[in-house]
Amino acid sequence: MSATGTLDRRAAVKALLADRGDLLVISGLGSSSYDVFDAGEHPGNFYLWGAMGGAAMVGLGLALAQPKRPVLVVTGDGEQLMGIGSLLTIATKQPGNLSIAVLDNGHFGETGMQPSHSGLGAKLEVIASGAGIRNVSDIADMAGIENFRNSLRDLAGGPRLARIRIASGEVERALPPRDGTYLKNRFRGHLGFKVS
Amino acid sequence: MDQIAVHQDSATSTDWPVAIYRTLKSFGVAQVCYVPDAGHSKLIKLSHADAGIKTTVLTTEEEGVALAAGAWLGGDRAVLLMQSSGVGNCVNMLSLMASCRFPLLTLVTMRGEWAEFNPWQIPMGRATPQAFEIMGTTVLRLENPDDAEEVISAAASLAYDGDQQVAVLISQRMIGRKKWTKETH
Repeated sequence: MSATGTLDRRAAVKALLADRGDLLVISGLGSSSYDVFDAGEHPGNFYLWGAMGGAAMVGLGLALAQPKRPVLVVTGDGEQLMGIGSLLTIATKQPGNLSIAVLDNGHFGETGMQPSHSGLGAKLEVIASGAGIRNVSDIADMAGIENFRNSLRDLAGGPRLARIRIASGEVERALPPRDGTYLKNRFRGHLGFKVS
Repeated sequence: MDQIAVHQDSATSTDWPVAIYRTLKSFGVAQVCYVPDAGHSKLIKLSHADAGIKTTVLTTEEEGVALAAGAWLGGDRAVLLMQSSGVGNCVNMLSLMASCRFPLLTLVTMRGEWAEFNPWQIPMGRATPQAFEIMGTTVLRLENPDDAEEVISAAASLAYDGDQQVAVLISQRMIGRKKWTKETH
């Protein structure tokens, strides 16, 4: 079976982040970070360039620290698979303000398009549900993206995980800043914390 | 039914977990995450009982490294509790902390170094300081229960004020010899 969808990843992420308001965004390494950057630079974006498997947990730490702000993790199937246990950990805390969007093309896109476990049959939304993530969805069209986006501001409705079926084609790279200390200080500055 | 129960040596009865807890509170620690360890059980209990601390159980130690990064982004100070056997799991995730100069304070109960009965604990226990050091994490030692406040306080300053990654290795001697006894219920 194939997990490959038809959604254009750039269009999908742009739609997810439209009218973002006070949304805070963590992006997983590789294409997810490029997609979030391409949708529009914002100090409330924290782009990961490494730490594979860590995006959802960075999102959890942030969501627990900022319970009044919606937090969205945008990541890929391969990145989420490497930190699959984090779905269980997130479920134990039930953070209502945390949402995870997994851009699922069923492949490891950065490394030569090897099929991922998702492409080979694993269902991330079912795994998330089994882990105890309250609100899971399987999105294959832009209407689904729109519904998911509208749900993000409901701070009592999470944790959410949406598996978003994207096409597996190559897209042009859009490279966000790579300096981690800059990204950290910019993000904290956006929340009103001074650089010491 | 027969059950195996674990008892800690009463020879090291100083209440150092309480001293650690109080020190973490004085530094405003708002998040604690852990992979369980008998040596940390009291601190874990105190943390769960404290409404001012968000306490998270992890499936594997590197989750806690990433959680600490997210907590700091959101203005919270976090602490990661684990035992030495989990340190190797953290190595790649520590690059997140080094690349972004995120503070990290982790308290590690040692296995494999003092009266260890389980040979499987020894290789990772022996490699624990080096596993941190190869990633640039500063390693401090807590050998004496009476030093708990001073050592944890020094480590917390280095982490939260100095933007460093700091591991405090808590000596297995402090935790006490593990005694396995058979109890009948």
